[in-house]
Amino acid sequence: MAEINKIREQFPILHQKVNGKPLVYFDNAATTQKPLSVIEALNTYYSKDNANIHRAAHTLAARSTEMFEDTRKTIQTFINAREVEECIFTKGVTESINLVAQTWGRKYLQAGDEVIITSLEHHSNIVPWQMICEEKGAILKVIPINDAGELLMAEYDKLLSPKTKMVACVWVSNALGTINPVKEIIEKAHAVGAKVLLDGAQACSHLDVDVQALDCDFLAISSHKLYGPTGVGVLYGKRELLEAMPPYQGGGEMIKEVSFERTSYNEIPYKFEAGTPNIGDVIAFKYALDFVNELGKENIRNHENELLHYLVNGLLRLNETDVMSSGVETHQYASPQKTITLIGTAREKVSVQSFIIEGMHHFDVGMMLDARGIAVRTGHHCTQPLMNRLGLDGTVRASFSVYNTMEEVDVFLEAVKKIVTLTAKHIK
Amino acid sequence: MQKNITDIQNSIIENFELFEDDMESILFYLMDLGKKLPAMSEQHKTEEYIVKGCQSKVWLFPSFADGKVIFEADSNTEITKGLVSLLVEIWSGQTPEDILNSELFFIDKIGMSRMIGSQRSNGFTSMIKQIKMYALAYKTSQ
Repeated sequence: MAEINKIREQFPILHQKVNGKPLVYFDNAATTQKPLSVIEALNTYYSKDNANIHRAAHTLAARSTEMFEDTRKTIQTFINAREVEECIFTKGVTESINLVAQTWGRKYLQAGDEVIITSLEHHSNIVPWQMICEEKGAILKVIPINDAGELLMAEYDKLLSPKTKMVACVWVSNALGTINPVKEIIEKAHAVGAKVLLDGAQACSHLDVDVQALDCDFLAISSHKLYGPTGVGVLYGKRELLEAMPPYQGGGEMIKEVSFERTSYNEIPYKFEAGTPNIGDVIAFKYALDFVNELGKENIRNHENELLHYLVNGLLRLNETDVMSSGVETHQYASPQKTITLIGTAREKVSVQSFIIEGMHHFDVGMMLDARGIAVRTGHHCTQPLMNRLGLDGTVRASFSVYNTMEEVDVFLEAVKKIVTLTAKHIK
Repeated sequence: MQKNITDIQNSIIENFELFEDDMESILFYLMDLGKKLPAMSEQHKTEEYIVKGCQSKVWLFPSFADGKVIFEADSNTEITKGLVSLLVEIWSGQTPEDILNSELFFIDKIGMSRMIGSQRSNGFTSMIKQIKMYALAYKTSQ
């Protein structure tokens, strides 16, 4: 893989100071930063190519249409979809999931049917299913987890039945980093005749994606968690499912013919892309995918996993060793064995680590880290049911990306060390 | 004798100036201020006295004696508790009229928005509104 400094050069945002300290950006599970190629693509599009796509006869429209459709081809290859028409542009994972719940769900779910989700879901893969289940009289079932944050697959087996119509499952947990055994989940769901939607928001930047090998029915993808612009997502769906589903929104683009009496709908993917799409951001998204392809997922993953192991070992060492040896006075939070608790210790994980510090609120930890220029996420991570299951009201979450460095992890560990020692002097 | 609201704010501004924008020291200072906040009676920490709109939990309990409003407060996060303590320092022990007529000029002077972020900023605004509402209620009940 390219040298880390060469990679960092491509991310201008990283080269700044926050609160007088060099920025350490460890909030990548919330959104990744954007490489220059993406930023420049946006600039070029609005400087030279901006026109509404499809239908117009002029050169700019032809150019922007070609670039827009080029991104569709790139994402098709990225996820190995059989056909390019199976990739629908949305505004993000949330919209992709809502689209399936409101079209597939409305057509196929009936009273007494069951939809299975997991305890690890983001609210965006809970609420859309709750809404359609309530409307249809269907029942939402939840696969439980163990304390490490892994799905209890034996419990999944028990939940599956001929009543199961949909299994909507997060591929990688945003709060804990757990990689779910989606291949097995899909096979078992198909065995009872259920369809499977994967929430790929966190997975697609770390893991290899092959929708044909997985045989998932739907996959929701986010651009902004994959080095691309915000406001763009993709819904992959198998052709026969997408064709059978009713449209999501009505408007321009999604029609074949309109009269005041009736409307016939366009072919996929356009049937699901009513209105002028987010053209510029979709076009720039291609450059983000190219960036990932050039580096290679395996290289990205190896680098991120190294950072994760270094971080986890560092945090555990703060617990084991005498962090008070720096001469800081002893206090009630000085019990070194209890100071930091890792939340989410699944065997299969991406580079995300949640933790809590005993006696300190996660907001305060986040503020203290920010004072040293370190950006992390604190709170419930839009997974309140998961936090309830773990008996927490939130965690501090560090999440890595390809541009993060070992030196940044050192800065982070030093800051955490200071928090677990000095801070306790200042609180009751 | 209770200092007046303007003097208290001026002394808060002077204290913060000592840190010369060193955010880490400011946060430690806020935690220290929180620690000095008089303990709030547990029986007052009820749903009724939670300030709505705060990201972290904040309780604010008012009482009225000898024409003065007294505030007890607490929070489940240390930095917020420090911020709450500033409002208690300024407004607890003042008359309803003085509370209602006062402007909080110290907030901009110490650059609070920078230190608490926009979400906490909204919570802080809720807290200020709540205090003024209690003051108004006491004023009209006199």
